[in-house]
Amino acid sequence: MHDASAHNQVAHHAPPTSFIRKHVFSLDHKVIGKQYYGLALVAVLVGMALSWLMRIHLGWTNFAIPGLHLLSKNGAPGNVMTPEFYLQLMTMHATIMVFFVLTTAPFAAFGNYFLPIQVGAEDMPFPHFNMMSFWVTFVAFLVLVSSFFVGQGPTLGGWTQYAPLSALGEVTGPGQGSGVVLWAISIAMFCVGQLLGSLNFITTTLDMRTRGMSLWRLPLSSWSWFITSCMGLTAFAVLMPACILLILDHVAGTSFFAPGGSVINDQVQPHSGGSTLLWQHLFWFFGHPEVYIAIVPGMGIVSHVLVTNMRKPMLSHRVLVYSFGALAVLSYMVYGHHMFVSGMNPVSSLAFSFPTLIITIPSTVIVLIWLGSLYGAKLRINAASLFSLGFISMFIAGGVSGFFLAQPSTDIMLHATYFVVGHFHMVMGVAAMFGIFAGTYFWFPKMFGRMMNETLGRIHFWFSFVGAYAIFMPFHYLGMAGNVRRYQAFTPDYMQPLVPLHQFITIAALVTGVAQLVFLYNLFHSRFWGKPASDNPWQATSLEWSTPTTPPPHNNFGDKLPEVYHDPYQYGVESSLGDYVMQASPEQVKTVHDEA
Amino acid sequence: MATTVHEPPKIDAGRDSTRLPGNGNSRNLVPADGKLPAVRDYSPPPASTGIWVVLASIGMSFLAFTSALVVRKAALDWQHLTLPPILYLNTLVLIASSFALEVARRRIGAFMRRRESQVASPTRWLYMALFLGLLFVAGQYGAWLQLRSQGLYLSTNPNSSFFYVLTAIHALHVLGGLTGLARVVYRLNKSILRKSTLDATAYYWHFMDGLWLYLLVLLWMKL
Repeated sequence: MHDASAHNQVAHHAPPTSFIRKHVFSLDHKVIGKQYYGLALVAVLVGMALSWLMRIHLGWTNFAIPGLHLLSKNGAPGNVMTPEFYLQLMTMHATIMVFFVLTTAPFAAFGNYFLPIQVGAEDMPFPHFNMMSFWVTFVAFLVLVSSFFVGQGPTLGGWTQYAPLSALGEVTGPGQGSGVVLWAISIAMFCVGQLLGSLNFITTTLDMRTRGMSLWRLPLSSWSWFITSCMGLTAFAVLMPACILLILDHVAGTSFFAPGGSVINDQVQPHSGGSTLLWQHLFWFFGHPEVYIAIVPGMGIVSHVLVTNMRKPMLSHRVLVYSFGALAVLSYMVYGHHMFVSGMNPVSSLAFSFPTLIITIPSTVIVLIWLGSLYGAKLRINAASLFSLGFISMFIAGGVSGFFLAQPSTDIMLHATYFVVGHFHMVMGVAAMFGIFAGTYFWFPKMFGRMMNETLGRIHFWFSFVGAYAIFMPFHYLGMAGNVRRYQAFTPDYMQPLVPLHQFITIAALVTGVAQLVFLYNLFHSRFWGKPASDNPWQATSLEWSTPTTPPPHNNFGDKLPEVYHDPYQYGVESSLGDYVMQASPEQVKTVHDEA
Repeated sequence: MATTVHEPPKIDAGRDSTRLPGNGNSRNLVPADGKLPAVRDYSPPPASTGIWVVLASIGMSFLAFTSALVVRKAALDWQHLTLPPILYLNTLVLIASSFALEVARRRIGAFMRRRESQVASPTRWLYMALFLGLLFVAGQYGAWLQLRSQGLYLSTNPNSSFFYVLTAIHALHVLGGLTGLARVVYRLNKSILRKSTLDATAYYWHFMDGLWLYLLVLLWMKL
């Protein structure tokens, strides 16, 4: 046995002194986390602006959007969007949101900043890889956005890039040549970045935990990042080969996905035998776990925020963790439900439908534990807890429509409609965004040493919450009415009566988007002029609130690493601090029940 | 050129294992009047865990390539391709390289445990592993030249496409391994090599070996 006092001496690595090492090519996980957050912030603004352009076009098809021609040479004659340009915007909106916002913010940004602190480590074990992870992701974002300014603009093939549309080159539409190649390069680079990140997350969780921090003492947020990194490790490792093969179909004349005998615009395409379904298999083997890569960190963050504000532990910490794990495992077995209309064997559809219905079980268990824990709790209402409740609401409302889509017989009718768009925007898009907001309001004081404005936070929540429902609930109705997705206009056909609803959705989207300026103002104003935060403003228990300073010092815990004596959420007890005992406190836990 | 090293290298310089965080320990600390229960502080260095994470990821990528090959093979344009004979020689070279590295690893291991106060420097075995690794990559290039001479290029048919892609991506990974080996040699010469770094590099190198055998069988059976 080692001498206990000697154990937790921190092996120092000196804080950097140069500007470049400190703020640009930093090795500090906290700086890298903030860099990821900044990247996600820029990306979400770009993605949201693109969605506004699409929504305006869907509501008022011939409306000239001032300055639109600056984004595309040929896509906006007279500032009116062409159908092709609409599809290009749609593709870029989805790609930016899924990869550079929903994956980077809740997982890479918060995970980088808080995972090492929550496990009681001074940094991640491979800081150079960690730095590389961010910068590769950053360059990937630049490569993707650069496609607006190269050739015929970005790809119009959708974020799923189905072959043969994606594999045959410019002949299939503007952006399908250089746009697809840049898209695939960007996503392959993104995969490298996330693989490097996953390597650090997994080893941090397994090898860097401080004394006394057993796995079951990890907070739920750390569990969610760990499980997500395991998913990322295997999912991105499959998408990258797919992107390499797609690039080769474009630049090297191979025929992995490009089918033979295609005649497009009276031209026979010089390919033979490529498998279009192969792309779908490879893509969705990544694509479905990606959905959980986006949402599981949000679940962990929301659980962490809620438990702090409920002042009592979850009904079952372990069952929540097991359910996160079950989601991760099952996410690989359900990917075929994205392909029910691909013409695959109905038996295969049935085989994918079954685990898809099974995956609703852990999802339901998670929701029931949240609701059961909330029942009777004296919840502290603040912006973070409101967004957590909003997350649960969105996850339930969006998840329920998943039951219909899980079954091939109903999915075939709904697959190409707005029903699916409504489903995934609520259950994965908005829910994950609410997780990001909850995390921001909760951890901002620790990250920047200042409090965010609570009133502005609540205003931001109510506009976002009502706005999100106003935008995405009608999508379900549109889908059931037969409104086909990916169309750029509905005027000349049977969907015309639905246009007023589209106009309502557009107005809701614009208002909700403007409300996000409240958040931006709050974020930047509080960063510099917010009320100074104490070390533990929420009276929370986990290790990020035990750092000697706020924000934490370079090595997180100063001269000594903390020792952990308790499960993560000792709330509703009696102690010298009040109703909670911190993980790093050697104080005995006295439950209220014992006292009675 | 055999050299003799008289002093063991300073293993894990700058990483005093007693000053590193543990792995949380399987038993929990409990607050008990300052008396801590016995805890096992040892945790594997992150490189030991990290290498398995890296290998899992690489393995997953090659599984994806394999499934692509299997699916693509169903098309009518699949044509038989005879593998260039030099591949079998390359295989022997890569296995020999693994063997050389393993000898080096064992010698360094004995050295670090101070079982032998004076042993012939293991660096020559490391250099041999490096050289054989480079020879393997050169041999793979030779295989591509052989295919080219038959008029088989990357885009000629799906078989040749898969051949070039799989061998090239494997060769890239081998080059990555060679960089790792070069780093091991550098650190050994500077006496700052960690055992975990050496082990991780060796596992990676052996994995490349196994992966190549797998690819060879796959290409032989499917192309």
